[in-house]
Amino acid sequence: MTSIGVLNVVVYFVVILLVTKPLGVFMTKLFAGERTFLHPLLRPLEKLTYRLCRIRETSEQRWTQYTASLIAFSLMSFLFAYLIQRLQGFLPLNPMHFGTAKAPAGATAMTPDLAFNTAVSFVTNTNWQNYGGETTLSYFVQMTALTVQNFVSAAAGVAVSIALIRGFARKQANNIGNFWVDLVRATLYIFLPLSLLGALFLCSQGAIQNFRKYATVTTMEGATQTIAQGPVASQEAIKMVGTNGGGFFNTNSAHPFENPTPLSNFVQIFMIFAIPAGLTYTFGMMVADKRQGWALFAAMSVLFLAGVLVCYPAEQAGNPLLAKLGLETRATNLQSGGNMEGKEVRFGIPTSALFAVITTDASCGAVNSMHDSYTPIGGLVPLFNIQLGEVVFGGVGAGIKGMLLFAILAVFIAGLMVGRTPEYIGKKIEQKEVKMAMLALILMAANILVFTGVSSVAKFAQNGYWNSPGPATANVNNNGPHGFSEILYAYTSTNGNNGSAFAGLNGNTPWYNLSLGLATLIGRFLFIIPMLAVAGSLAAKKKLPVTSGTLPTHGALFVGLLIGTVIIVGALTYFPALSLGPIVEHFLMRQGKLFSMAFFSIWS
Amino acid sequence: MRYQIGPAFRVTLLMTVLTGLIYPGIVTGLCQLIFPRRANGSFLELNGKIVGSALIGQNFSKRIYFHPRPSAAGNDGYDARASNASNYGPTNQKLIDRVKADIEKFRNENPAYHGPIPADLVTTSASGLDPDLSPASALAQAPRVAEARRATLDQVKQLISVHTRGRQLGFLGEPRVNVLALNLELDRQFPVR
Repeated sequence: MTSIGVLNVVVYFVVILLVTKPLGVFMTKLFAGERTFLHPLLRPLEKLTYRLCRIRETSEQRWTQYTASLIAFSLMSFLFAYLIQRLQGFLPLNPMHFGTAKAPAGATAMTPDLAFNTAVSFVTNTNWQNYGGETTLSYFVQMTALTVQNFVSAAAGVAVSIALIRGFARKQANNIGNFWVDLVRATLYIFLPLSLLGALFLCSQGAIQNFRKYATVTTMEGATQTIAQGPVASQEAIKMVGTNGGGFFNTNSAHPFENPTPLSNFVQIFMIFAIPAGLTYTFGMMVADKRQGWALFAAMSVLFLAGVLVCYPAEQAGNPLLAKLGLETRATNLQSGGNMEGKEVRFGIPTSALFAVITTDASCGAVNSMHDSYTPIGGLVPLFNIQLGEVVFGGVGAGIKGMLLFAILAVFIAGLMVGRTPEYIGKKIEQKEVKMAMLALILMAANILVFTGVSSVAKFAQNGYWNSPGPATANVNNNGPHGFSEILYAYTSTNGNNGSAFAGLNGNTPWYNLSLGLATLIGRFLFIIPMLAVAGSLAAKKKLPVTSGTLPTHGALFVGLLIGTVIIVGALTYFPALSLGPIVEHFLMRQGKLFSMAFFSIWS
Repeated sequence: MRYQIGPAFRVTLLMTVLTGLIYPGIVTGLCQLIFPRRANGSFLELNGKIVGSALIGQNFSKRIYFHPRPSAAGNDGYDARASNASNYGPTNQKLIDRVKADIEKFRNENPAYHGPIPADLVTTSASGLDPDLSPASALAQAPRVAEARRATLDQVKQLISVHTRGRQLGFLGEPRVNVLALNLELDRQFPVR
């Protein structure tokens, strides 16, 4: 690691620390219905929205109604997104004629299974992409299907988190808020202003924003180069601030038109953590004990820094097999050294590794370097981050939900050890809460591991409908254990609603489009619904007074217990799978073993 | 559930108009007004003709130009309609073979350079459109370019140092040289007749 690299991490962390409180206070006020400094500007728009949509601002919902609203909204969003994609050939703002007979050679067809996968993926804030934006989608689709879902899926995530926090904060209450009101407020007051500022800033750095057809230029050596265009900056901003992560272009935040400079890169990673970090403070404020929020923040910070401290040195050490060929792997003043395959010169090693850790700590999934080309240990970190449940700050809303789930488990385990009924934030944690938390946890693990297992052995007819390359393992780009890692990463990422990839895997076949889409839906809704049930159950409970027998949940002891729970659960669940992928690859790489023949040749 | 469909439809429709049409429309208007050159792709000209974008790498293979990193975008590299990376893992035979071949090619084309190969010079970028080289990768090619241009090595090195952009704000990212800008300047200062 270089001192400049370490400085990048430190400055980043300090900036996040500084915005946590102001953003947390703002969100607390907003969702309590109090006036904020943006109300003079946006309150009329908010009221107009309620009038047009016929939403009663003052009415509240039980957890079941709240869930029903979320599901209805997601279903409607899916239909909109699916239809807009399928109909893109008939819709405006399509200068490259995608979806018509005049589409350029090499364009990807928007098949029903691809449209299903993409719609599911954007509606659930996952943004897994089995297509390249610039070869598949019109500007109209990018704006009205994808950008819109970037906003509202993020807003829905925040809404659900706020509802869960209300469960802890309220006493003997039936209701946990109004989904529509939370959704509208999150969109108008949080995501729109931040995206507008973010988009302008990104454009000032070079992100493009236009509706022109792709530019064709004659290069200096006389060749022809066609350069993709589009309304990029507006989508890029909400993609980051909403922790969506679905790129306008195939290569996401590595593309110079999405992320042109190191400074734009810094702003992008800032946008990923800003709101999730703020939500920890919001939690503390809403439950009337700010230390509880900071305890979560501390646990998250430890896990974040631990990830950076593993990933960054692994990438800086580089690939020993390339070093043997004479490649410089040490950083010097004139070049970055390290593993530069799949990384951009302007970002180098530390900023790429930092981005990879942050995007998987959160359920963002944007990438500025290709995780598939990371060293085995460097690539293990993003994979394991997602498997832990993206609880390290997490995506907008998703992170705090996951961390609260682990907090419930942590107090349960502590309660078992001392033989007391566990409590958290003055609420008794009883059978129902623990059952729901475990249900969510087990479903997530099963979702990842079962689908990975099936895709590792499933056979399909070559050139058939389901998976034209043949067996599901034929879609990998790398053989040996790395190919297994590609499949494991895919289901891990979709289950976690992350969206980043070991992108060598060719996922655009009906089998992968449908199975990954299904994994995405399970990961979103079978996690959220149990958590909303917990919210409903907690809201109805009395608040217990603090006694000498209460385990304090704001001190170092609890932070340690929480981190331990996260890591032990993650390690126990995923260690076997990880040892077949990145861990064995690490040792084989050090022995100089290379893979070119059939998949899994390691076992033959 | 039935009662949820109405609000779901109305909210989705309204949000589609607000965040899918009005928001990108406003951003486009403001960007075109404040940053018109950047919003349209930061294109560079030579003698009044657009030769590419300052942000998008392009292929160079002639001796008189600095060569960019290898690229996995499109069939021939630097296809700016289809950004892509190799996605080769560290133990992929194809990665090792490609790097070996590129190192050999580089050594043959640049016999005057004997130092280690900079990490970025023979690896593909994440976008396949990386516009930059590390200063070390540019300097490694300087003797060849100077000879082909009939310029002195010092003149070419000077040009590289003028075109090297340091870390942003002093600590962000890596020092880098924009290949297209550097080659444009070569054509201006040391034209090949």
